[in-house]
Amino acid sequence: MNPQLADPNRTETTAAVPGSELSLRGVSHSYGEIATLAEVDLQVESGGVVGVVGPSGCGKSTLLELICGLREPSGGTVAIGGSSAAGDRLARCAFMPQRDLLLPWYSAIDNAAIALRNQGMRREPARAAARDLFERFGLGGFENARPAELSGGMRQRVAFLRTLIAGKPVLALDEPFAALDAITRGEMQEWLAAALRADPRTVVLVTHDVEEALYLCDRVAVLSARPGRVIAELSVPTRRGENRDAAVTDPAFVAAREEALQALRHGSRGS
Amino acid sequence: MRPQRTTRWRRVLLPGLLLAALIGLWQIAASSGAVAELLSLEPYLVPSPAEIAQSLWENRGLLAENAWVTLREMLFGILAAIVVGVGFAVVMHRWRVMRDAAYPLIIASQTIPVLVIAPILTVWFGYGIAPKVVIIALVCFFPLTINALDGLRAVEPEAVKMMRSLDASRWQLFRRVEAPTALPHVFTGAKIAVVIAPIGAVFAEWAGSSAGLGHLIQSDTANFEVARQFATVVVLSAMALALMALTVLAERRVVGWR
Repeated sequence: MNPQLADPNRTETTAAVPGSELSLRGVSHSYGEIATLAEVDLQVESGGVVGVVGPSGCGKSTLLELICGLREPSGGTVAIGGSSAAGDRLARCAFMPQRDLLLPWYSAIDNAAIALRNQGMRREPARAAARDLFERFGLGGFENARPAELSGGMRQRVAFLRTLIAGKPVLALDEPFAALDAITRGEMQEWLAAALRADPRTVVLVTHDVEEALYLCDRVAVLSARPGRVIAELSVPTRRGENRDAAVTDPAFVAAREEALQALRHGSRGS
Repeated sequence: MRPQRTTRWRRVLLPGLLLAALIGLWQIAASSGAVAELLSLEPYLVPSPAEIAQSLWENRGLLAENAWVTLREMLFGILAAIVVGVGFAVVMHRWRVMRDAAYPLIIASQTIPVLVIAPILTVWFGYGIAPKVVIIALVCFFPLTINALDGLRAVEPEAVKMMRSLDASRWQLFRRVEAPTALPHVFTGAKIAVVIAPIGAVFAEWAGSSAGLGHLIQSDTANFEVARQFATVVVLSAMALALMALTVLAERRVVGWR
């Protein structure tokens, strides 16, 4: 059920998760009269991490819902591992919403383990699996805390582990750190980079923070204002998830950031 | 928590003082005969709090006997309202077509004064406990249904998406997210139900009964037993307050995460 969690001592790896390539071809979507996405093309190879940045309301969240199989496109195809059936996408992709949405009636560990419980695992083995992750990813000791007792950063960690533990090859992350203060956000970016190194997945990360996208991703797609379309796709010059301070001051990184910002400014004016 | 204590004392002390002052005023007004004179009544028709307390004590057996009858009616009625109200809410939440069909009717049904159809229900169900339970349930089910439905709809759409993406079935979504979200709202409905249940009970007994606090008030009206009527009212509201306290306690236990 959960191959990525089988070996807690696995070494750092960038090995691809097989059969989890994501492919969007000519994807359009509209809510009634309002077109939200227009002819979006996006490819993510197995184990790749792609960032999506764009102005507010450009359909970034809709894009994630399409990828996850929570929504169907009005036109074009969205496929994971070659299948475009919504049920297959739902089974292969886990969605992390913008706010943590931890359930206040469960402890941190029961929140993290909820996917396993949904998949039919009994409470104790589900907790044991979540406990392993808590220890590996710096949450040891917080298993029985109530969500209200955790800091914003901690809550996001639990929310990310909740997404990870579902054991799905693709993760759709919707502005996971938007609500955090700048310092915590920086820490969380490093934490997420480390988590993805230890447990690689195919990831689509929506964010409005260009620097975050460049730091965490292999490639970054820039969307235009509504209806969103991909107006630029940048390869990140630095290796994903390296030392953050070193990365953000690297001249190539700075140049990529300028390029992305320029595309974003251009796209915000409408295309 | 320290500063909380003084406010808690104020919360108990101030209403207590006000109540004592009001009872004191009433005592003076009634025992001096001023009110009776003003209303041109015999003094025994305007009992003082002391006389009501005395009646309460002297009639303790009679009051307890009838209170038990009314309490049972109320408990069964409230229980039935919870089961039916929450059931309605779940069905209306689960099936959109049911909500569209039933919701306007449920709202409209509140224009029918249930208390007026109490005599009809007595004709149908006889003089036993059944018509009382039905009437109390009819009075109480509305706040329960509406609050439970509001609670079920208070779930954030994003939480539903998250759960669906994490492989939750419809039932798991209900059990792990919707039901816990709705619970505090159900308790709100139950608190309203507990307060209005005594009204339903009294009217139901007035429509035809052989025992109960409502019955007692009715027969005391015919005999001008005003002091005992007041004593009965005191018992009735004490019962409602006790039920309220029990509901609040249950809420704290069940909805502990709040």
